[in-house]
Amino acid sequence: MALLDVEDLSVTFARRGQRTVHAVDGVSFSVDAGEVVGLVGESGCGKSVTSLAIMGLLPKQPGLRVGGKAVFDGTDLLQLDDRSRRDIRGRDVAMIFQDPLSSLNPVIPIGLQVTEVLTRHRGMKGAAAEKEAAELLDRVGIPDPKRRLKEYPHQLSGGMRQRALIAMAVACQPRLLIADEPTTALDVTIQAQILELLKELVRDSGTALVMITHDLGVVAGMCDTVNVLYGGRVVETARRRPLFREPRHPYTVGLLASVPRLDAGRGERLNPIPGSVRDLLPWADGCAFAPRCARRVDECVGEPPALVLAHDGRSYRCVNPAPLPGTLPPPAAAGAAPAAEAPAGTAKAAEATAGPVPAPREEEKP
Amino acid sequence: MFRFIVRRLLQLIPTLFGLSLLLFIWLRRLPGGPETAILGERGTPEMRAAIRRNMGLDEPILVQYGRFVRRLIRLDLGTSTSTKRTVVTEFVERFPGTVELSISAMLIAIGLGIPLGYLAARRRGRMLDHLSVGGSLIGICIPVFFLAYVLKAIFAENLGWFPASGRQDPTLGATRITNFFVLDGIMTREWDAAADALWHLVLPAVALASIPLAIIVRITRASVLEVLNEDFVRTAEAKGLTESTVRRRHVLRNSMLPVVTSIGLLTGGLLSGAVLTETVFAFSGIGAFIYEAISQRDYPVLMGFILIIAVVYVLVNLLVDLSYSLIDPRVRVR
Amino acid sequence: MTITGGKKKEKIDRLSELAAREDERGVSLWKEAFRRLRRNPAAIVGAVILSLFLLVALLGPFFVPHPPDAQLWKGEIRLGDFPGFRSENWFGVDHIGRDEFSRMIVGARQTLLVGVVSTLIGLAVGSLIGGVAGAAAGLGGRWGRAVDNVLMRFVDMLLAMPSLLLAISIAALLGAGLTTVMIAVGVVSVPVFARLLRGSMISQANSDYVLAAVSLGVKKPKIALTHVVPNSLAPVIVQATLTLATAIIEAAALSFLGLGNNDASIPEWGVMLADAQQYLDSAPRLAILPALAIIVTALGFTLLGEAMREALDPKLRK
Repeated sequence: MALLDVEDLSVTFARRGQRTVHAVDGVSFSVDAGEVVGLVGESGCGKSVTSLAIMGLLPKQPGLRVGGKAVFDGTDLLQLDDRSRRDIRGRDVAMIFQDPLSSLNPVIPIGLQVTEVLTRHRGMKGAAAEKEAAELLDRVGIPDPKRRLKEYPHQLSGGMRQRALIAMAVACQPRLLIADEPTTALDVTIQAQILELLKELVRDSGTALVMITHDLGVVAGMCDTVNVLYGGRVVETARRRPLFREPRHPYTVGLLASVPRLDAGRGERLNPIPGSVRDLLPWADGCAFAPRCARRVDECVGEPPALVLAHDGRSYRCVNPAPLPGTLPPPAAAGAAPAAEAPAGTAKAAEATAGPVPAPREEEKP
Repeated sequence: MFRFIVRRLLQLIPTLFGLSLLLFIWLRRLPGGPETAILGERGTPEMRAAIRRNMGLDEPILVQYGRFVRRLIRLDLGTSTSTKRTVVTEFVERFPGTVELSISAMLIAIGLGIPLGYLAARRRGRMLDHLSVGGSLIGICIPVFFLAYVLKAIFAENLGWFPASGRQDPTLGATRITNFFVLDGIMTREWDAAADALWHLVLPAVALASIPLAIIVRITRASVLEVLNEDFVRTAEAKGLTESTVRRRHVLRNSMLPVVTSIGLLTGGLLSGAVLTETVFAFSGIGAFIYEAISQRDYPVLMGFILIIAVVYVLVNLLVDLSYSLIDPRVRVR
Repeated sequence: MTITGGKKKEKIDRLSELAAREDERGVSLWKEAFRRLRRNPAAIVGAVILSLFLLVALLGPFFVPHPPDAQLWKGEIRLGDFPGFRSENWFGVDHIGRDEFSRMIVGARQTLLVGVVSTLIGLAVGSLIGGVAGAAAGLGGRWGRAVDNVLMRFVDMLLAMPSLLLAISIAALLGAGLTTVMIAVGVVSVPVFARLLRGSMISQANSDYVLAAVSLGVKKPKIALTHVVPNSLAPVIVQATLTLATAIIEAAALSFLGLGNNDASIPEWGVMLADAQQYLDSAPRLAILPALAIIVTALGFTLLGEAMREALDPKLRK
């Protein structure tokens, strides 16, 4: 059984006089113990809201509704009362945020911000807590930890701050760590260090990691399993290698194609996905990605596309997926719309064809 | 720290210099000049000329200013034309009353304002929030002197709960040491005198507190609302800290920063309000004396008091800046 | 089965059209702010109060039942006993036998005049000082900084005096009167406007979009006119609305101290309130009516000002 099972999670913001916003619209994924799982998508696809909903950290406001399940180790986190949720947060499930400067309290020293977790969940106090805090800082690679304990966030560099935040998150050796774009606000060289640190910590302690990112490079370097989100729903799930080698959902294909490549020839054009995240079709009316999709067919609109389960645990939500390499691409229809292209250049994505591609070894999810 | 204080004090000098120049010119330009202030409207031209000569008013203006500054440095601010005592004496005698009043008002404003503002923010959109926001709006819009009169009419004259005027019952014959009546009472262990002085403070302090209270409620509320949305509060929540720890350590402390700044600025408003409240309650402080000075055309007193008050105001703001640096390490001074 | 069939395609197209239009929308800062303003009940209340006030102040004096300065009921005045509310005098008679209702109506105009003129004085002088200082600071160079420094030290000096004391010293210099009150109250708000305009001009000048305009080769005066000034203006307008409220209250305080309008024939709420304090016991309405009028009017300006501040605050915009 998985460590964390998110089932049909939905978050809606209803506002008086305005359209109800479905920030997360039926997300399902699971995380096994010790596994690194990526949640990937453009900004606005609901990946951060998903993580906050799991943690119970969404800002309380009228009109907010969270539905579905997030079962962690047998308990549904969404059904817990405030107190037991606080007991689990920081001890069993911890989180690292995007902007390390604003995520640290500017007016109290780093030391206290680390020890308060230890005091809360491990009952450590005074000198013992301080010693442990110094060890934690040392473990996340902060030099001269004793002195740093007395310093304030503004006295630390960006990388140091993120390390300090990580130290706070791993202070109680949680079984699940959620990292929400942990490297976005950092310099590239620092990014690599922080990712390396996270990898190391996860490997050493057997902590499962949910990595939320828009950066496919991060995914390629870290994740075992990847969930691609679009419009508040998981559109494709796969192990890392298959995903990169043979993406099936046109959105995944587009995401991979829009990454600039170092080995691309001069003058070769990038392949962005046309339109923006705001060109969204409500899932109830069909595939949310349909307005931007190059492989759009009639079946895309009308009812939401069902989840297609393929072999080796991958699944996607598309009625006209990109063909697997090796299988013969169906005869390309005429048309000049920009063709989505897989990075390896293998899967020549065809124009929308006259009908869904037959998928012999795939079956509908019950 | 020390260097910061010295630098700030040095920055004071040009401001004070300019202020003294302004006030000096102002004094010379008064309708009829200072001699009218002394003689009133009746004096003959000969008497006026004599006084002008006596006061050195016929000399070049720069010479006059030089003399004025020299006296200023010796803390000689001249003599009150109405009481014939030196301005400094009058100030020293009356300032403690205003300080007592202002501190009481500020304590009321802070003691009520911060909790109210905090609760309003926590219960945003509920009854308490609407009440405090509405109440603070009205508090800002009520003329202080009117509020003072209403309080006096209801609680002193009709209900008789509080004394209507003065700083202390003179029949107590309390001993004076510092002219801080409450403090004097405590120092001499004349407890009834201290209690009586406190009793006299209540109504004027409440009237004076109205505006700072309203402003502190508003600032605290806005500030707490802003801090509640900060990322570090989310981090604190993610750590699983108890609600009270999150509130105390992370929310309240950070939301106090703008409140502290505002307290310095509100001091100026307190000194303004003191003129009105002290007048209504015949409370012997600098405010009431300034009112008398206006009606008596006692210009040396007006000018001297304004100058000293400006200094006090700037010093209070220096203190506030220093305390600010104590709670916000980012502006901690080297 | 065709590629593009009927309704479904239209649906998608319409959706993308919608999305595209949404991109164009919400460009104008002022339009957006006005839309938010209309949704805010506090703004509505404030606007209603102010419209009523303006209506009374501008038109009321033409329709008053009695001349405001005629002591028509002088004979009915007994010590501590004045005729109260009655059909002849809706708000009763004041302490020397004048019709209180007519005085309140005519007083509205005077109060509006004091508020508007003193705010305009503060706004004009303050914006001049602040604008010059801001421009000088933005221009940089030794002279620019020097000009900025001198002007701001002057402003600091004004700020170093508690507002009422500053107003008192000015009023003492000029002698009691309506003009005095307007000037004194106006001068008090000078430093506020000056600092505000300078501050927002400097922060605008340092913003990325001004840098972008400079790098595109847009000329400096044009940048100042099209970018810096309009964007710095919003806080100034908000402050002006709020200042109208404080100006009315402060004018009342000056009247109370005997520095206000000494022309008895022109009623003004502040003076009426100050005069009525002696009769708080015998005829409380004489104090309560002008006090209420002042409070409600000030409230109207404050509500509208605060709502405008909220509507224009980019941080609150979502």
